[in-house]
Formats: sequence, structure tokens, C-alpha cells
Amino acid sequence: MYIYDSIDRTFVTERVAEFRDQVARRLSGELTEDEFKPLRLMNGVYLQLHAYMLRIANPYGTLSSQQLRRLAHVARRYDRGYGHFTTRQNIQFHWIKLEEIPDALADLAEVGMHGMQTSGNNVRNLTTDQWAGVAPDEIEDPRIWAEIIRQHVTLHPEFSFMPRKFKICVGTAAHDRAALRIHDLAFRLHRNEAGEAGFEVMVGGGLGRTPFLAQTIRPFLKKRDLLSYVEAVLRTYNQFGRRDNIWKARIKILVHDLGAEAFAKEVEAEWQTIKDGPLALDSAAVAEIASRFVYPDYEALEDSPPAFTAARRADPQFDRWVDNAVNNHKKPGYAIVTISLKPEGGTPGDATAVQMDALADLADRYSFGEIRIGHEQNLALPHVAQRDLPAVWRALDALGLAIPNIGLVSDIIACPGLDYCSLANARSIPIAQEITRRFRDLDRQRELGRLHINISGCINACGHHHVGHIGILGVEKNGEEFYQITLGGKADDHAELGALIGPAVPYAKVADVVEDIAAAYLALRTSRDELFIDTLKRTGIEPFRDRIYAAH
Amino acid sequence: MTSPLDRKIKITGPVVVTANRVADGVVVYRSPDGGWTTKLEAAAVATDAARARVMIAEATADDLRAVGPYIAPVELAEGGRVRPGNLRELIRLSGPTIDLPVTFGI
Repeated sequence: MYIYDSIDRTFVTERVAEFRDQVARRLSGELTEDEFKPLRLMNGVYLQLHAYMLRIANPYGTLSSQQLRRLAHVARRYDRGYGHFTTRQNIQFHWIKLEEIPDALADLAEVGMHGMQTSGNNVRNLTTDQWAGVAPDEIEDPRIWAEIIRQHVTLHPEFSFMPRKFKICVGTAAHDRAALRIHDLAFRLHRNEAGEAGFEVMVGGGLGRTPFLAQTIRPFLKKRDLLSYVEAVLRTYNQFGRRDNIWKARIKILVHDLGAEAFAKEVEAEWQTIKDGPLALDSAAVAEIASRFVYPDYEALEDSPPAFTAARRADPQFDRWVDNAVNNHKKPGYAIVTISLKPEGGTPGDATAVQMDALADLADRYSFGEIRIGHEQNLALPHVAQRDLPAVWRALDALGLAIPNIGLVSDIIACPGLDYCSLANARSIPIAQEITRRFRDLDRQRELGRLHINISGCINACGHHHVGHIGILGVEKNGEEFYQITLGGKADDHAELGALIGPAVPYAKVADVVEDIAAAYLALRTSRDELFIDTLKRTGIEPFRDRIYAAH
Repeated sequence: MTSPLDRKIKITGPVVVTANRVADGVVVYRSPDGGWTTKLEAAAVATDAARARVMIAEATADDLRAVGPYIAPVELAEGGRVRPGNLRELIRLSGPTIDLPVTFGI
């Protein structure tokens, strides 16, 4: 966990007071909506179909149990008893009243939380691997670097009014669990031939109306240069990014139009002027930030303690859950537990206040008081002793949170869609729910293996449909909901955008089409070991297309 | 930015003016008395562009009470009952088409 100091706490508290005054002036009529809108957006307050929506930043997806309890309190006191975890590791509340938001923010500020830069044309909440600091395959904790960037760009006047929003992601592990290449700017820490750790710099990723994967503009950047390079990229974007057309304002369009090489030249030229200035990171500055991350006082344990292995042998359901939802930890005797927020018939990413409180208690008891949020809209307990896994499983099961469907067909990423969102053209959640009902049989899900379905209710692509193995995009045709289906997207180390399979299908047919795709895969795969995405790569989309459009 | 008064308004059927209430975001409809109501059946209905233009202009001017006014289609059922004219407006009136999590399981 990163521990705030008194400057951080004062800053967040003062911001609440400022926003309280702005809300009061809006309610009294002193501010018009045109005047107030940019102010509310700077604090994460949107207007949705039914109500205002408050988006709270969870920097790099890390939460303390105290913070999760406070989120439960906000859900209960100011909303309708639940919150929605998003693909950007944030949480949002969909029924909040403007007049109560200052009180909600004041309650959140007490635990160091806020909605700053969860909206607006600034650098948004930084994201990372949800297993940061505990993954066995990481070089070092990415949150330290994310925090250095976060502190620099928060309320930075030069980067508060950019052409469009800007999303930065930092990864430091061998495997990309943070979808690096769909970000405006992403850094991947790796070692060069000399064994020195530095960052690969990628720019220009983003989904939405015009999807692009980020391109590498510098294969190796020394760690000391991270901040100056961020500054150079942001300045270049600020200077050349388009402000005349919102649809062409993201950095991905600039990188595409200029070409990555030309864009890189501009960045490098800017960087040369600042790289040895005050933004160069000395080791003391990095150590100062690193010192504010407090790590658990792990016990000296051994892997696979007898109580754990005996429980696996004794209870097939527990064993199944361990296989699916438990991952290796960098410390012997510990494990990372992923908690599925994808129950059959549920809303992907939603958690009730009861569940949040109970998870906070579980985190205190079994995970050193820490919880993580992943971009797949699931949670994790990052530091569970393997001996405690049977107890954690039983407790999660009682909460409806021990569903062993991580990475399977029912582990669907979905935006709120037309049920909540004012931008949406079509519903996402009921489509996800119907698919989970069709595939309710977990044995069938396991038979299908790893299969990611991502659903967006409009072209803005909050459900990341372009990078779903099966991507589903809601569109509106003559007042009816239709859905375009893409196949072959992925957001891992070998990120790709999916390919459109054919004409859009009506709402009632989407789950049928997914079943057809699943059946086609089972018929086409060479063995159980060939994953859906690998079969698709081998065969191309044609055999899938033939099956779908022959059937419908 | 184009003023709402100058916007070309095309309507092909009955419409209402809808927005969200400033203080709490609740969906509201412009009522015949120039106020706002949460009940669609109590909304003022326009059937021609001239009337719709006046209604949206008045609603836009009422910035203190309602935010984001726009013209939304409605259907007139038997007996003159007003119903939402599309799925978006049905959801705004009736709420999400799904069970909320607090009613789902835990």
C-alpha cells in the first residue's frame, strides 16, 4: 500500500471543500451547467441516464480494507447499495445525488480517496498489473513508477487541458496483465542485454471509434528518464494533437497521422531539451516514493503446506476453485486469489456493500488488509497464505464470490451499456447475463477453456470489445439494438484487434451466435490443448463465419 | 456552439422535453405549466416543430432546475396516454432492464 503523507491528505481534503462550494453555487443558480460541468468532471461526476455518476480513482488498482469498507459505506449511504468496478481499475456509483456528493467525497477523503482526474482531458488514473508487487514474474513493483508519474501529472497545469483524455499504464512483469497496448502511453519494464532494467515506451493505443494498438517508439528508456519522457510525450501531444474534432483528438490519431517514427522524432527532440533537467529521477527521489509503499510482514512459509494439499484432495470443488482462481505468489507459501465478480445472471464488475464489507474483513484476516482490482472487473486478495486457502474459499463461497470462472466464457468484461450510460446505443449487461446463463455449466466452460468475451454498448468501447477473443459491440439500427461480432482480439503480450465477422445480429440472437462460435471452436480444434484463440489464429475467421451465418 | 434556439428541429411524431433534475439527477419532463414533472403522463406533448422549439428553448433557459434538456420521442397510446418512444427513453423512465445487484443474490 502507498501511504499518504499530510500534504496528500490536506490536498484531498481541500479539494472536497472547493467542490462543496462549487456544488452549492450550482444548486443556488450562481453557476450555470455550462460553467459547472467542467468543474464536476474534474471531480469524477458525470450525468448518466437516471442520475449522476461518481467515479472514484483507485490508483493502480490497489485498495486497503479500510478504503473498501468506505466504498461500501458510500454505496449504502449515498447510492443503492452497490458499486461497479470498471475496466480502468476504478469504481463508480450510478445513483448518486449531486447535493450529496460533497459529503460522499468528504467521507472518501478521510481514507485518501477522491474522484480527481477520473474524467476530463487530463491524465487519468494510472493503471498497472493487478498483481503488482506480488507476481513472481515481475522485475519490480510497477506501482512505484506509476505513483511517480501520478504525482507529477496530478493537477499539472500544462496537462489539465489536453486535446483529449490520456491514459497511462505501467507494466513490469514478463506477462502483460494490464493491457498495455490499448493505452495512450504505456511503459513495459524489461532487461536489456546488459541486464539493466529499463522501459519499452509505447504510444498511440486506444480503442473507441478508431482502434489502434500502441506502437513502440523507444525500445529502452533508462529508469531515470521516465518522468522527463512522459513530459516530452505529453508536450508533443499537447502541441500537435487535434482540438478541432473530438473524434480525432486522441493521441492515437496523431501517432497514426504523423507515423510513429515521425512522432518519436518530435518526442525525442523535446526530450533532449529536458532530460537532464529537474525531471531526471535520482535514486533518492525514487527511494523516497518507494519508501511510502508498505509491504506485508510475510511469514517464512513453505509452498504447498499439508493442510492445503489435503484439502485439495478431499474436496473436488475446492480443488477446482484453486485450479482456476489461485495463482502463484512471489513469496513461498503465499498465493494470489482472484475473486470473480461474474456470477451467473449478474452484472459484470458489480459488488454489493455487503460483499465489499465482507471482503474487507477477509482481507484483514487473510491478506494483510489489501485488495486489488483488475481491468477484467474482478478483484483479488494479493497475499493469502496457502494454508488459509480452504477458509478463504469457504468464506468467499458464502458470499457468492467463489465462482471458478476466471478467464472462462462467463468471465465477461462489459460496460454498463444502455441500462445506465447516456452515451450507449444498446444494452451490454443483459447480453452478458444471457451468455452466462447459456454457459452456466462449469464443466462446459472448462471444456471450452480460456475464452474472453468483451461487450461494449457503443463505439466508445469501454467494454474493450476490440480486444475480446469474442468482441460484441452494440449499435442501433432503426431504433433496434443490433450487435457487431468481432473475433480474434486480445490484450495480452501479443495484443491484436478483433476482425469483424459479418453483419450485425439482433439482440435476441447474440447468445445463439456465441454458442455457435463455441461449437465451431470445439469442432475445429486439434486437441483440448489448443485454446480458442489459437484455433482461430490457425483457421482464420472463415470457418466460424460460415457456421454463424449458415445457422442464422 | 449553436444555440438550441437556432437548432433545426425535425420531429416526425409526438415529443416531450426531458432532462435530469439538477439536485439529484432524477429524470424529469417539461410540464404544461412550465415546470418539471417526474411523471411522463403529466408531460407537455408537442406534435409540431414550432411548439417543440418553444418548449426546448424554455427548458434550456431553466438551467437552475434541470440539466441537459433535449427533445425525446413519445408514443400516444389509447386514451392519450403518453409512453416512451424508444428503448433509451423507456429505460430512463422505468430504470435498468436488469435486476440491480442488491436484488440479485447477496
